[in-house]
Amino acid sequence: MNAAAQATPRRWRRPPFIADPRLRWGLLLGALAYLVVGIGTLEVNWARLSEGLGRGARFVAAFVQPDFTSRWDDIRRGFIESLTMTVTSTAVGVLLSIPVAVGAAGNLAPRWIHALCRGFIAVSRSINEIIVAILLVAMFGFGPFAGFLTLTFATIGFMAKLLAEDIEEITPEQLDALRATGASFPQLLDYGVLSQVMPRLIGLSMYRLDINFRESAVIGIVGAGGVGDTLNTAMDRYEYDSAAAVILIIIAIVLATEYASGWLRRRIQ
Amino acid sequence: MKPHPKQAAWRKRAPRTELAIFAGWVLALAFVSACFQVMTTDTIWAFVTDAPKQAADIGSRMMPPDWGFTREILYPLWETLNIATLGTLIGLVLATPVAFLAARNTTPSPRFVRPVALLAIVASRSINSLIWALLLVAILGPGPLAGVFAIALRSIGFIGKLLYEAIEEIDPAQVEAIAATGAGSAQVMTWGVAPQIAPTLAGVTVFRWDINIRESAVLGLVGAGGIGVKLEAALGALAWPKVTMLLIAILATVLVSEWVSAQVRRRLI
Repeated sequence: MNAAAQATPRRWRRPPFIADPRLRWGLLLGALAYLVVGIGTLEVNWARLSEGLGRGARFVAAFVQPDFTSRWDDIRRGFIESLTMTVTSTAVGVLLSIPVAVGAAGNLAPRWIHALCRGFIAVSRSINEIIVAILLVAMFGFGPFAGFLTLTFATIGFMAKLLAEDIEEITPEQLDALRATGASFPQLLDYGVLSQVMPRLIGLSMYRLDINFRESAVIGIVGAGGVGDTLNTAMDRYEYDSAAAVILIIIAIVLATEYASGWLRRRIQ
Repeated sequence: MKPHPKQAAWRKRAPRTELAIFAGWVLALAFVSACFQVMTTDTIWAFVTDAPKQAADIGSRMMPPDWGFTREILYPLWETLNIATLGTLIGLVLATPVAFLAARNTTPSPRFVRPVALLAIVASRSINSLIWALLLVAILGPGPLAGVFAIALRSIGFIGKLLYEAIEEIDPAQVEAIAATGAGSAQVMTWGVAPQIAPTLAGVTVFRWDINIRESAVLGLVGAGGIGVKLEAALGALAWPKVTMLLIAILATVLVSEWVSAQVRRRLI
């Protein structure tokens, strides 16, 4: 037996994920150290925790027996606000996002418009909806109008970014062909761009409708209208059964919109 | 030569289809404006028209940012980071088995277990982490612990959904090849399924971590720890320069986390 055969291991082993052993063990140790330090910052209050367990049990019980009736008026008002906010903000947001997306697409817009639109998208996407809602409530007063503006703002950033990426990937030959016929820029958009990105535009709009509904259930916590307000009030009053009713309705509506948008997207594509 | 008989200009669609599409747009517009009417029934327009003045007023109060406040922000910022990271880790640990139960090709029972797992995913996705935090603060008491679990509960749905879709799309030939060597079901998982979904799992987790940083920054508004607690206090005290400083800190953290996440995903995929 020679040395080379000895050096080759008899059993096959999976190659490690990170080849350099020092880096591998270093990362592992670092992660462990972080976990220890991180969990240390949690400040678990065991007395409060054991006290809360009874409440937790009451909460789980509330989900088994949700109370739809005693606060029904509040719940109904909250959902009407949330749903109308969802529809209007999605419609307005999608409409406004189209020009921004065209401006943010590198293959259509001049450089300075491109930079401007990209900047707007970056701002809209990096600020949390809740923070936008806080500022807009301070400016426009409490109620669903501030919520509508918040969701519209967020929708523009979301839609414009994804749509712009899609516009940048369209086949340029169709644009060249249209330009060769002497088409004006609006005609170019209508026949060359929009017709290529339409399925994606509809799919994204449905997806955003779903997101906007979920967000509309939250921004009420800071006063921007919608069912979050109802939920917050119910929690403040310790009415867990009404809160459970709100949450169950939210889940049901999200399920329904998800199913509907899935159906629509399958039909379009 | 006789001139050509006059021809109608070319149209993309038949007149009837065009009319139907037009009617659809009119209906959609009517629906959206009806929603807008319902939404704004209680809106006080005086506040809305007053908004530019309010905005200018708040803007002037917000400037200059309270730079001295930075020192007090650092610890809450670290706490926010921990909430997001630990929450993502717990979410990942809980989401992986749920995803395997929900995927059509790995579920033990498509009739009974799969719908339950799918329902868990939808329920987790429907409820925003801020609402989860609202519930958990009532149960666990205020503090970062509630925040960690709020982030974890919301992450289950996100990671679970993307992961189970990835599991359903794996290449069955590799799984069959491992099974043909006489591997048990655990070995098939480790050597046939896991390597195929590992990149997706890592990418999705880092992506969710990035989202969780944004979300954990506002969890403090309902008392679930992190920098949001400072924000809530500053807003309550109308200390606008501090609010500006907090917003700058949050924005900077979000930008850094986005950069980290983009780097990691580019290396992994």
